[in-house]
Amino acid sequence: MRSLSGFLAGLVFGLGLLISGMTNPAKVLNFLDLAGAWDPSLAFVMLGATAVTFVGYRLAWRQPKPMLEPKFDLPASNEIDRSLVAGATIFGIGWGIGGYCPGPALTALPLLAPGTLAFVPAMLFGLWLGSRARALDILSPKGTTS
Amino acid sequence: MGPVTQTDFTPWMSLGGGVLIGISAVMVMALFGRIAGISGIARGVLGMVVPMEGTSDDAGWRIAFVLGLFVAPVAMALIGSPVEQTVSDNLVGMALAGLLVGVGTAIGSGCTSGHGVCGLARLSRRSAVAVMTFMIAAAATVHVLRHMLGVV
Repeated sequence: MRSLSGFLAGLVFGLGLLISGMTNPAKVLNFLDLAGAWDPSLAFVMLGATAVTFVGYRLAWRQPKPMLEPKFDLPASNEIDRSLVAGATIFGIGWGIGGYCPGPALTALPLLAPGTLAFVPAMLFGLWLGSRARALDILSPKGTTS
Repeated sequence: MGPVTQTDFTPWMSLGGGVLIGISAVMVMALFGRIAGISGIARGVLGMVVPMEGTSDDAGWRIAFVLGLFVAPVAMALIGSPVEQTVSDNLVGMALAGLLVGVGTAIGSGCTSGHGVCGLARLSRRSAVAVMTFMIAAAATVHVLRHMLGVV
C-alpha cells in the first residue's frame, strides 16, 4: 500500500512535469531569460501547482493524521540562515546553467539525453557532498544548521 | 550552453501540468504527512546506498516515488505523446550544473518542489526567501551566460 501510493504520487508528479514543459531545459532557460527569448509558461506551472497545493494541504490537515503515518512531519524551522541563502544561490546558479532542477532531471533520465546522463550522477554526488558539508557545519560556524 | 532554442508559450499545458504536480504534492501530504520535495526524496533514496547524515531510514515510499517518476515518460510514449526536449550536449557544463544543483539543494534544504510548490503553499517565510534567492540567482546566471559572455 505504501509503495503503491508512493509510486502513484511519483507517476502523477512526473506526468505533471512532462506535460507542463518543466522537463525541457530549453523552456526553463527561456523562462529564466527575461531579456531574451522569454517564455512565461513556467509561471503557469507554479501557479497551478501552488494553488492546488495551498487548498489541498488545508483539506489534508483537517484530518487528525496522514493516512499511512502516525503524524504529519513538517519542517519546523522558520529561520533565515546562511545555509538557506547560500544553498539556494548555488542551486540557482546550477539551474541557470543546465535548465534542470532535481525533479525534471530524474523524470527525464529514461529519455537518455547525453546531457541528462551527465547531469544526474553529478547531482547525486552533489547531494551527498552537500549533506556532508551541512553535517560538518562548514556553513554554520555558530551552529545554526537547521 | 548550446544555441538558444525558441520555445512556444504553452499556458494551458503548463497550468494543467502544474495542477498534476499540485495533486501529487497533496497526495504525499495526505498519505505520508510530508513535503513532496524531490531533492529530499532523492537524498532519502541515496541514503539507502551510501551513508548520509539526516536521512530517514524509511526510504521505501521514496524509492517507489522515484520509480513513478521514471515510468512517467514511458507512459507518455505509450499514449502516443512523446516528450519534447532540448538538452545541452555540453557534458562538462551539464555535469557542473548537476553538481551545483545537488550541493545547493542539500545545503539549502530544498529545491523548486520543496521550497517552491510546497513551501509557498505552506506560506513558509524560509521557503519564500529560498525561492526568491534561487530565482534571482538562476535568472542572473542565464543573463550572464547568454547576454554578457555570449555562451549561447
